[in-house]
Amino acid sequence: MSVHTLSVLVENKPGVLARVTGLFSRRGFNIDSLAVGPTEHPEISRITIVVSVEGNALEQVTKQLNKLINVLKIVELERETAVQRELLLVKVRADETTRRGVVETVELFKAKVIDVGPESITIEVVGPPAKLEAMLKMLEPYGIREMVQSGMVALGRGPRSMTQAALRSVERSA
Amino acid sequence: MTATPTGEQVSGAQSLVRSLEEVGAEVVFGIPGGAILPAYDPLYDSTRVRHILVRHEQGAGHAAEGYAQATGRVGVCMATSGPGATNLVTPIADAFLDSVPIVAITGQVPYPAIGTDAFQEADISGITLPITKHNFLVQHPEQIPQTIAEAFHLALTGRPGPVLVDIPKDVLQAATSFDWPPTLDLPGYRPVLKPHGKQIREAARLIAGAQRPVLYVGGGVLKAHATAELKRLAELTGIPLVTTLMARGAFPDSHRQHLGMPGMHGSVAAVTALQKADLLIALGTRFDDRVTGRLESFAPHAMIIHADIDPAEIGKNRIADVPIVGDAREVISELIPAIQAEYAAGHRADLTGWWRQADGWRETYPLGYDEPADGSLAPQYVIERLGKIAGPETIFTSGVGQHQMWAAQFISYENPYTWLNSGGAGTMGYSVPAAMGAKVGAPDKLVWAIDGDGCFQMTNQELATCAIEGIPIKVAVINNGNLGMVRQWQTLFYEERYSNTDLGTHASVDQASLTGSRPRIPDFVKLADALGCIGLRCENKSDVDATIEKAMSINDQPVVVDFTVGKDAMVWPMVAAGTSNDEILAARGIRPAFDSGV
Repeated sequence: MSVHTLSVLVENKPGVLARVTGLFSRRGFNIDSLAVGPTEHPEISRITIVVSVEGNALEQVTKQLNKLINVLKIVELERETAVQRELLLVKVRADETTRRGVVETVELFKAKVIDVGPESITIEVVGPPAKLEAMLKMLEPYGIREMVQSGMVALGRGPRSMTQAALRSVERSA
Repeated sequence: MTATPTGEQVSGAQSLVRSLEEVGAEVVFGIPGGAILPAYDPLYDSTRVRHILVRHEQGAGHAAEGYAQATGRVGVCMATSGPGATNLVTPIADAFLDSVPIVAITGQVPYPAIGTDAFQEADISGITLPITKHNFLVQHPEQIPQTIAEAFHLALTGRPGPVLVDIPKDVLQAATSFDWPPTLDLPGYRPVLKPHGKQIREAARLIAGAQRPVLYVGGGVLKAHATAELKRLAELTGIPLVTTLMARGAFPDSHRQHLGMPGMHGSVAAVTALQKADLLIALGTRFDDRVTGRLESFAPHAMIIHADIDPAEIGKNRIADVPIVGDAREVISELIPAIQAEYAAGHRADLTGWWRQADGWRETYPLGYDEPADGSLAPQYVIERLGKIAGPETIFTSGVGQHQMWAAQFISYENPYTWLNSGGAGTMGYSVPAAMGAKVGAPDKLVWAIDGDGCFQMTNQELATCAIEGIPIKVAVINNGNLGMVRQWQTLFYEERYSNTDLGTHASVDQASLTGSRPRIPDFVKLADALGCIGLRCENKSDVDATIEKAMSINDQPVVVDFTVGKDAMVWPMVAAGTSNDEILAARGIRPAFDSGV
C-alpha cells in the first residue's frame, strides 16, 4: 500500500462528489483525505483525494473515475513535483504559566494565533502533512482541547495548469 | 438554461413526450403511477411513441433490453417513483453488466418533497448510481429535451449501458418551452473509437507470428456491429475462434474455424485452445471469471492483445501485452490491412500443427449428452430440436441456469442478434419479457423464449401483456421441476442434499393429500390458458418435433410449451467454480487426456 494524491477536475453539478467517493467505497478503499472546492472556472470544481492503495488498484480506480461522465480530468500529483498543503486549527490548553511555551512553538512553526483566552489558545497552521504532525507533537504536552484539519490540497509545480489543459481538450471535442 | 421564446409552449410532461418522439423512441414499456402520471397524459395522444403496458416494472426493463439487443437501438422503460422505480433496479443492473443501451424514465415526488420520506419516495438516482452508465435528476422543465437527448446519446455510444432519468412530478407539471434539437453538453464524455496505429501494427506483428493464436470474441463485437469485419479477419488469418456467451451469433457456429463457447460450460476445444494458446486476440471481451476460471492459471502461455472500447477493462483482470482502446469495428478494420502488410512482407506462421491439435480436441470431445437413464425426456434434445426446426433466423432468448447453457451449446447460431440472454448478472426471469421486447422490435422475426420452470415463474405475467398487445412470442419451458443448475451443484458439491430446489411443477406422490398425489403446481398449460396464450405439453421424445411444429403454426397468440423433462440431466462440460480451466471435465468424472495423440 502506498499513498497517492489524485487531483480530479469535475463538472460543478449536484451529486458529483457522491459519484466520485462511491467509486472508492465500492472497492473497499478508504479515502485518507478529501478536499473539494471551486476553481478559477465557475463550472469546474476540483477534488483532491488522498488514498492508500496498491499501484494496479489505483490504475483501476483512476480508469473508473475517468468513466464518470462528470469527471473532466484526473492527475496524480507526486510529492516531489507538487506543493501540498493542509490547514489545521487547534485549540491548546494554555494558562499564564504555559502560554509563553505555546506561543514559542507557534513562532517556531511560523503558525498563527487566531484566538486567545485565559485558558486556551487557538492556533492556525498551514503546511505539508509532516509539518502539521510535528507541530501537533510539540503541542500535545500542553493539552489539545480540540482540533480540526482540512483535507489536503495540492498543485503541480511549474507553470502548467491542469484546468487549462482540461478546458482545451473539452474545446477540441466540442 | 433559459427558455427560448421561439419554442413550443408546453408542459414538462409534453416536453418529455415530444423529446421521446424526436429522439426516435418508437416504443416505451412501462406502468403509470402517481409521480409519473403527468407524462402518461400526453403519451396517450402520441402517434409516434407506442406505450406497452406491462404487468411488472421488471418486465418493462427486460423488454427494453430485449428490444435494444434485437434492434441495436435504445430500449426505453418507464415507471413511477418509489416501488415502481426500485422494480427497475434488477433490469438496470442487468443492462449495466451486459452493456445494453436502455433509458429508464422514472417519476419522482415533487421537488420540494424530495428527501422528506414522502409517499412513494425512493432515491432512485442514488440507488442506481453504481449500476448505471450515468443518471440524471431533472431539476427544471427546460432541461428535459437536453437531458433526454444526452441520455440516449450516452446509452448508445461508447460502451453502451443503462441511463436513468428521474423527473419530479412538479417538473412534469410546470410550463416550459420545447426546442429541438438541443445542444449536448457532456464535456467529460469522450469515448475513444479509433485505435492507436502503433498498437495496431504491434498487434498485427504478433498475430502474423503466433504459432498457436486464438481469436477470443466477446459481446463488444456485436455492440460495435463488427460481425462482417470479424469474419474477414478470421478468414484472412485462418485463426481458430471462440465466442463467449455474450457473443454467440457474432460468428457462424457452422464455420469450421469456430471452436465454440469458452468458459465454465464451454466446449472442450474452446476451453483447451485458450489454455494452450501462445496468443489471445481478445476483441470486445472482459476476461470474466466465468470464462477464465482461476485467473492465475488462465491461458498461461499466451501473450494478450486486448482490444476494448472501455479502457477500464484493459488490464483489469489480465495484463495485456498489447492494449488497444477502440471500437471493435474500427480495431478490426485497421487490423486487417496491417496483417496483410505483415503477410506481404513474408511474415506468416504456419498454423497447420495448431489446427491439427484443435481439430483433435473437437473430434475427441464434441458436445453431447446421454439419454436419461430413467427414460425421461432429455432437455438437451428438446433444445437441439427447437434450434433445428425454428432455424437460424429465429431470435432466441433465455433465462438463467441449465436451460440457458444448453441453449448456448446445442443451438447453432448463424446470425448476429439472434441470441439474447442475461450473461453478466445472471438474472432469472429475463427471457419472457426480453422475448416480448425483441418481438416488438423485430415483429417479422420468430421469437422463442427458452425458459426454465424456475425462471418462468418469476416473470411469466408478461404473457398477459403479450396476449393483449398482440405480441405472439413462443415460450419453451424446459420444465424439470427443479431449480436445475442449483440442483446440479447440490449433486456435485453438496452430497446430493437437495435443499430447496424442488419447485413442485411436476406431479408427485403426496401421502398427506387425500388423493395420494399432488398435481403440477402450477400447471403451465392451464396457466398459459389463463394468460390468454395457447398452452401445449410435451413429455415424450417422439412428440417433440410435432409439438414444436404445432407451436410454430400458431401466429396470432403467444404459445407456451411445457416440455416436461427429467431432473437429473446435467450441463457438461464443466469447469468447477474457482478451479483452473485445465481441470475441465468433458462429462462427470471424465477429464480429457489432452496430450495423448497430439
